[in-house]
Amino acid sequence: MPTIWVYAEIDNGKLDPSSLELATKARELGDVEAVVLGPGATEAAARLGEYGAEIVYASDDQVYADYVAQPHVHALTELIGENAPDMILFAMNYDSRDIAGRLSARLGSTLMSNVLEIESVERAKTAIIGGTIIVDVALEGAPKILLARAKSFVAEPLEGGEATVVPVETTVPEEAKRAKRVERHEEAATGPKLEDAPVVLSGGRGLQGPDNFKHLEDLASAIGNTAVGATRAVVDAGWVPYSYQIGQTGKTVKPSVYIAFGVSGATQHIVGMKGAKRIIAINKDEEAPIFQISDLGVVGDALKIIPQLIEEVKSRKG
Amino acid sequence: MNIAVCVKHIPDPNVPPQMDGKYLKREGIQGVLDPGDEFGVEAGLLLKEAHGGEVTLVSMGPAAAQEAIRRGLSMGADKGVLVTDDTLKGADALVTARVLAAAIKKAGQFDLVVAGVESTDGYTGTMPGSLAELLDLPQVTFAKTIEVTDGTVKVNRQTAEGYHVVECSLPALLTVTAGVNEPRYASFKGIMAAKKKPVETWSVADLGLAGEDVAIKQDVAGQTPAEERKAGEVITDDGSAAKRIADFLQEAKVI
Repeated sequence: MPTIWVYAEIDNGKLDPSSLELATKARELGDVEAVVLGPGATEAAARLGEYGAEIVYASDDQVYADYVAQPHVHALTELIGENAPDMILFAMNYDSRDIAGRLSARLGSTLMSNVLEIESVERAKTAIIGGTIIVDVALEGAPKILLARAKSFVAEPLEGGEATVVPVETTVPEEAKRAKRVERHEEAATGPKLEDAPVVLSGGRGLQGPDNFKHLEDLASAIGNTAVGATRAVVDAGWVPYSYQIGQTGKTVKPSVYIAFGVSGATQHIVGMKGAKRIIAINKDEEAPIFQISDLGVVGDALKIIPQLIEEVKSRKG
Repeated sequence: MNIAVCVKHIPDPNVPPQMDGKYLKREGIQGVLDPGDEFGVEAGLLLKEAHGGEVTLVSMGPAAAQEAIRRGLSMGADKGVLVTDDTLKGADALVTARVLAAAIKKAGQFDLVVAGVESTDGYTGTMPGSLAELLDLPQVTFAKTIEVTDGTVKVNRQTAEGYHVVECSLPALLTVTAGVNEPRYASFKGIMAAKKKPVETWSVADLGLAGEDVAIKQDVAGQTPAEERKAGEVITDDGSAAKRIADFLQEAKVI
């Protein structure tokens, strides 16, 4: 059986839920082991065990929280040298992208990102051209490094799953302590989390200005259990905080209903929301690519429709 | 300070992409400087204006990728390097990083190597990390703001829930998000001046790379059209669209 590793990201003691999705997928491919580096790692190891990791290499060392990528690559390189896994799975997150890129160069291992499906340790699938073509990719060498977007796989606990925790005892050399995190800022959001909300409303350039996002928030309150997100263009323009961003760099959402207001549908946005069960799009431009993946498309002015929709939802909910 | 900026020539994202057998068609089509890279070029130019030095553009691609370099030069960069070689067709992210690392080493000494967080065509999003490792540089990534003082680079690094302030000593590798600055337009004067700026063209052999260095370890084994989403209905708002959307939400049982 091949050995499949899951690199489980941990931040502020919180395990990235995608690591449980990856561990679940890894069970189909071989023996599952995980690596988790940073404060809270040992505690998180138990949870990875419940999802199928038989061994979890863990270190609670603060160095992994303080410095970007290089300490992790140092530790992973040592562990890989000793244990020779066949494949390492990462989530497509900020820290993991930095670490996986460096690790690929350090090991000379090929890397594939935006993985949608993993058939075996030699074969995986991704989508190109706005998700219209699925490409089957043959991979060589070991270990292969794969990055999958959040929610690509469904996390399912393994009955009786329990991990043996192996402490990672390497000393991170000074030359790996270079890019330092000196401050952390969280933009506290109210209401349900974007990643978990059953309904997501997203706004793009078509909303014309930051003030109009308030109307989206009002609509979200009217519907209830609804989160508001945004496209990269709007985040870049400073209309809403970074935490709103849905897309390649940003969050992946998979709600029951996704409503796009004034969103054109650039590929880097689509990869973050195309897994939604139902998609509604409102855009003035009838040629907007978002209509190609929408269940209901409305050619019209989002700014006009939002207040009408708030009234309509309120009256129907009574 | 001397700055290298990685730039990519990509098929125009406003034109539907075409395939050339297994790969995305890159030759004989309308190409542009990756819009994400314009922010890298602008970041390089702003730092040059504040601290002096030179901006060198580094690219890998077919001969037509010269156009992307010319565009960066017309914005104000000083010179360019293009690595072009038939053996690089279908290169994976690691081979791309090896080629760019070798080209950067050959092109000179740099205080900062700048790249976009991901390309607009392939969006692998890990090449800069590989490049940092190959050049033995620390990496400050996903920058929303950039500040360079006394040999230190400090950025606001975008995260899922906000941002972190990350800093390191130069030399370093920096990746920029699309929101980091407002890329300038090339002036007519800039376009004329760009025609006289030096652009070197190197092959894989010129970089001293061979065999395993440029061995591509992944290949397209097959492709199938994606299962299409159910063809949706598109209506034009005649004042009743809000009602239709509300019906849809009721059918989906979210209200």
